[in-house]
Amino acid sequence: MGLILFYFRKLFTVLKNEVLVLPSRVVVVFFFLFLLLLPLFTKDPYLLRIFTLTSIFAILAASWDLLSGFTGQMNFGHALFFGVGAYAAALLNRHANLPPWGTIPLGALAAVVAGLVIGIPCLRLRGTYLALTTLAFPIILMGLVFAFPDLTGGELGISGIARLARSRVADYYIAVVLMLGLCTIMWKITDSNTGIIFHAIREDELAVRASGINTTRYKLLAFCLSGFFAGVSGGLYAHFMRIAGPSTLEVSLSFQVVIWAIFGGIVTIYGPVGAVFVLFPLLEFLRFWQDYRTLMFAGVVLLILLYMPDGLFRWLRDKIEKECPRCKIRNVAMRHTCRVCTAPLD
Amino acid sequence: MDLIVNIIVSGLISGSIFALLAIGFSLIFGVARIVNIAHTAFYMVAAYCIYFATHKMSLHPVWGMVGAVVLVTLLGLISYKIFINPIREHEGAVLIATIALAMAFQEIMVLKFTGTYLSVPSLVKGYFVILGVKVFYQQLLTFCVALLIMAGLWILLMRTKLGLAIRSTAQDREVANLMGINEAQVAMMTMGISVGLAALTGAIVVPLTTLEPHMWLHPLIMMMAVVVLGGLGSLKGSFLGAYILGFAEALVVFLAPMGAFLKGSVALSVMILVLLIRPEGLFGVSFEEER
Repeated sequence: MGLILFYFRKLFTVLKNEVLVLPSRVVVVFFFLFLLLLPLFTKDPYLLRIFTLTSIFAILAASWDLLSGFTGQMNFGHALFFGVGAYAAALLNRHANLPPWGTIPLGALAAVVAGLVIGIPCLRLRGTYLALTTLAFPIILMGLVFAFPDLTGGELGISGIARLARSRVADYYIAVVLMLGLCTIMWKITDSNTGIIFHAIREDELAVRASGINTTRYKLLAFCLSGFFAGVSGGLYAHFMRIAGPSTLEVSLSFQVVIWAIFGGIVTIYGPVGAVFVLFPLLEFLRFWQDYRTLMFAGVVLLILLYMPDGLFRWLRDKIEKECPRCKIRNVAMRHTCRVCTAPLD
Repeated sequence: MDLIVNIIVSGLISGSIFALLAIGFSLIFGVARIVNIAHTAFYMVAAYCIYFATHKMSLHPVWGMVGAVVLVTLLGLISYKIFINPIREHEGAVLIATIALAMAFQEIMVLKFTGTYLSVPSLVKGYFVILGVKVFYQQLLTFCVALLIMAGLWILLMRTKLGLAIRSTAQDREVANLMGINEAQVAMMTMGISVGLAALTGAIVVPLTTLEPHMWLHPLIMMMAVVVLGGLGSLKGSFLGAYILGFAEALVVFLAPMGAFLKGSVALSVMILVLLIRPEGLFGVSFEEER
């Protein structure tokens, strides 16, 4: 009893001293609560479907950020991981009759292997060379998919895959809980020592090598981690849509991921996730304007970039929070002195 | 025998088109460090302009081509000024700004001309026969004009003052600035030349292909592969890389059983193989890392 009380009190203290003092953290708490409680208020299958897909793509966008934002290895072929995850899950489900909880992790492992395969030749390239080379891999795989239609279904893809769960609400909960969990894990990874090394590789790879760190190993690790998370989202997508087709490997999907991530602000993890939750439903709700949808989307992206080139969520965060010049702790923009070291904020 | 002639003709033509596109792309990358994804979208817009001029306004195709090149160059300069110039320091932002631009152009074309396949009549009719293979005069014309444009560009870059300014800005922006070259102006000029090249390519290629709003994607990928293969910023590399990939594509299309599907894959695999041996491309200079 005492232990429970202790944890309860600790939770309360953390909530009071760490969460409620910063508006951005309060927003994150509300975001979690909103997603977890949404099916209690509405069972509208269309709405749930949109949010399920949004969650799946949020994992994908965050995994791009983990690789390209943090280590600076610009990956223009992120659809490769997604497609490999989706196709592997679909093939395992069709031919080995594995249920979704078996195929999705195995599909993710296949995407890890894909990450290794493209990571090894790409390690010697940097910057724009890397970006343009990675663009090639999903297209090569797409050519193979079309060339062997017996195995992959060719243009039609593999259909008739098992459903993720029995009902829409269960689908929704699986996708949302996985999204929240995996994104928290990714955020934790970027906050750990490994994450600091990722940051350092982006800023100055030579200096990192000079301090005795094997950057090759860390870059491969980033490729594999990112491949794993993107593979999970690919598998989820295949089981949710019940089809794995060539659209999962398209160039436009790779570009879409880059747009989401940079729109929300790279090197943040929360930025890409937030961007998907803004842009994907926006695109769906613009459906009544079918013809102008993509044009409006491009217009919104262009306009936002002109005013906030660092991304929407970073810009917003800088508006409502200030960093203390002395102790680098973040404060609400309304405060005049730092909440920890009482130094005046300008 | 006719297989070989077929391969040579189709390799030469697609090679010259890739070379023109890749040179334009690598010019603006060298001078302003802009990865312009919308480059081939300008090529598509030019092609549609010609369709509009010949079919809707019933002008002679040559006037359509001239008009298309001028219009698209203006369009490129305007979009550079409004959307790209203000965010040039943010590399990622430029990247998605150009992707968004390309998407916007594609959507405008879908709205204006719908997504159906269209075609433009060729400038010169007729064909001649070499070793039992029909070679259309239009194909010959496209190839010759492409070579002429490249020669003109070479003279512009190597023999004129503007060319000197472009080359020196590409080599070292700061020092070029110190030598009194107006860097912003050179970037603007280069953008004009680069988009103009894309429009010219569109103009000479339009009688040979079908028009559709997604026609910019395949050349985009091949163009990027060519640029990487030849070495970023190297004109000689782009030229040679373009013909290598053009011929690789032609060989696969004519020889492999599922060739049409595999042509992109094989060309891109060639690029990756070359990169494994020479990471900086065929003619790229490995820069001292910018820190």
